[in-house]
Amino acid sequence: MAAMQFRQAIVNALADEMRSDPTVMLFGEDVAEAEGPFKTSEGLLAEFGPVRVRDTPISEMGFTGAAVGAAILGAKPVVEIMFIEFLGVALDQVVTEAAKMRYLSNGKLSVPMVVRASCGSGLGFGSQHSQTLENWFTATPGLKLIMLSDAQAAYSLTRAAIQDPDPVVILEPRILYAKRGEVDKNLKIEIGKARVLRDGTDITIVTSGQMVDVCRAAIEESGVNAALIDLATIIPWDRVTVLNSVKKTGRLVVVEEAPLSGGWGSEIVAATTSALFSELKAAPFRITSPDIPVPYSGPLETRYIPTKDDVARQLKEVIATGKTPKTWWEMEGLK
Amino acid sequence: MSIQLERRKAVQTDEVAGYERMLEIREFENQINGLFAAGLIRGTTHLCLGQEALDIALAAELRPTDTVMATYRGHGIALALGLTPESVLGEIMGKTIGCCGGVGGSMHLADMTLGLLPTSAIVGGGIPIAAGAGLAYQLLGQDNVGVAVFGDGATNIGAFHEGLNLAAIWKLPVIFICDNNVYGEYSRIDKTTPLEDLHMRADSYKMAHYAVDGMDVHATRKGIKEAVDRARSGGGPTLIEAKTYRFAGHSRADKALYRPEGELEKWMERDPIKLTEEDLVKRGLLDSAKIEKMRADMTKTIEGVVATCQAAPDPTVASMFENVFTK
Repeated sequence: MAAMQFRQAIVNALADEMRSDPTVMLFGEDVAEAEGPFKTSEGLLAEFGPVRVRDTPISEMGFTGAAVGAAILGAKPVVEIMFIEFLGVALDQVVTEAAKMRYLSNGKLSVPMVVRASCGSGLGFGSQHSQTLENWFTATPGLKLIMLSDAQAAYSLTRAAIQDPDPVVILEPRILYAKRGEVDKNLKIEIGKARVLRDGTDITIVTSGQMVDVCRAAIEESGVNAALIDLATIIPWDRVTVLNSVKKTGRLVVVEEAPLSGGWGSEIVAATTSALFSELKAAPFRITSPDIPVPYSGPLETRYIPTKDDVARQLKEVIATGKTPKTWWEMEGLK
Repeated sequence: MSIQLERRKAVQTDEVAGYERMLEIREFENQINGLFAAGLIRGTTHLCLGQEALDIALAAELRPTDTVMATYRGHGIALALGLTPESVLGEIMGKTIGCCGGVGGSMHLADMTLGLLPTSAIVGGGIPIAAGAGLAYQLLGQDNVGVAVFGDGATNIGAFHEGLNLAAIWKLPVIFICDNNVYGEYSRIDKTTPLEDLHMRADSYKMAHYAVDGMDVHATRKGIKEAVDRARSGGGPTLIEAKTYRFAGHSRADKALYRPEGELEKWMERDPIKLTEEDLVKRGLLDSAKIEKMRADMTKTIEGVVATCQAAPDPTVASMFENVFTK
């Protein structure tokens, strides 16, 4: 075990994979000489040299597409997208090329590429640099999607993604980069497996990314005996772990950083409701951000994403009343 | 050696076999056009009639270990590279004997034993992927070449510029081949692009570039060979513009009524098959009797392929659930 920052866990995962597999390479904007805008490639150029660690032009479509081709032909490329928003111009390569290659080749080709991107709100970067955007990918069979929540997940899941033979998108909540956590380098986390972070009897909380810490604090504040599940892999998500937990607790809330409409949490609520309807003590529900762009102003952005206080209120309310709590913006007449 | 690799070797070593393959592509396209028109094949198709010289030149100059990323107008390239007519038509008909087991269709043909990645149905989408193939070869120290084949319309999409720029700054072993067949979908290239010689765009990436007469197999082969030699020897990428002409419309729905009068006829005077015939006759490698027999035989051969593919089984329902992920 070693304590390190979330970003250092990513550096360690990249370095350890590059040491063990000479076909692993990293490229993206300012990842080489500048060692990454968030210092997630510190020391990699020095250790692995300019053939394997490369700065690219500001050309997400070009270099993400190059990763697709390189992955098919024997490299294991990791590309860094500075902000997940910048992947918008390269979605074709991820959704329509990489995720289809295996299928269209009738199983003859693999695309072992990883797309890493920083995401999320909380740092005052404004509407175009603060989204999580994981829901762009949820209807793309052939693609795996991970959202990191702490240093251990960052280390273990980044390594698992690089070793995976299929294309994987990893979202890194940028508010976590400086956060420290314990990392056991021998601990493996499988893609597609949720992490049960806390057992509980009264309600199951399914969440991911920076919302994991918010939920942990909300459990403490509310005193509710909640099970806390970090979904970790959003596609394909771990039905077994989620359903087993809800069978025990009889209640489910999914907490997402993204806006209300079209979120992956709806899928989990729907699947759980269908499978366990007669065993539920309350209607499964979601806590999300409102359907508005991420605002810039500090006080507004702080209110925008689910807060510890609001999650705690809703946990207590659903257990006390059995009814789905209102959103804070409904209560304040703001919808 | 597999039948596919034997077919590939034939066009690399025998000019008459190359001519015969051009006939095969022409006959194949004409017959499937009829099948689509008769409603016997579903979906859409994009014919490469008139562009057979480029297909043959590519197959002749590249090794099977080189990688070709082509487009939805790809029947000719697939056949030229060595895929059998059964595996191409089987795929177009969605049958198990198709090169992708019937999940791909006309726009997605592949055979990695011949270096053909699944052809892309997104204009320009394959250009950075071919650059990436070159990147893998550079990383792994292999002397293979990545090749992107795309139409004139693709030179206006960002992927073209991003892919070329990346290949240029990293000196990747890649050849970009623009098959300028004058039309991007239903629009004449001069209405969408302020430049007649599209290869000039490589100037802004300080990349080697030139045009070749895409109706002439020899000229096209010469241009491709120069680029292959440059790429294999570490000299970096090349943009080649093959000047061709699309004898058919964009897709089966398009009758190409927008063409200026006489334009098609003028280009058909330089039909690549006619030019190749004239050349081979002049050099004593073919005569008119042989040509007539080859044409008649090819019609029958493709008719047999059509019958085989029509009789072939459909894929099982379970097969569509396979190959989404590796495990």
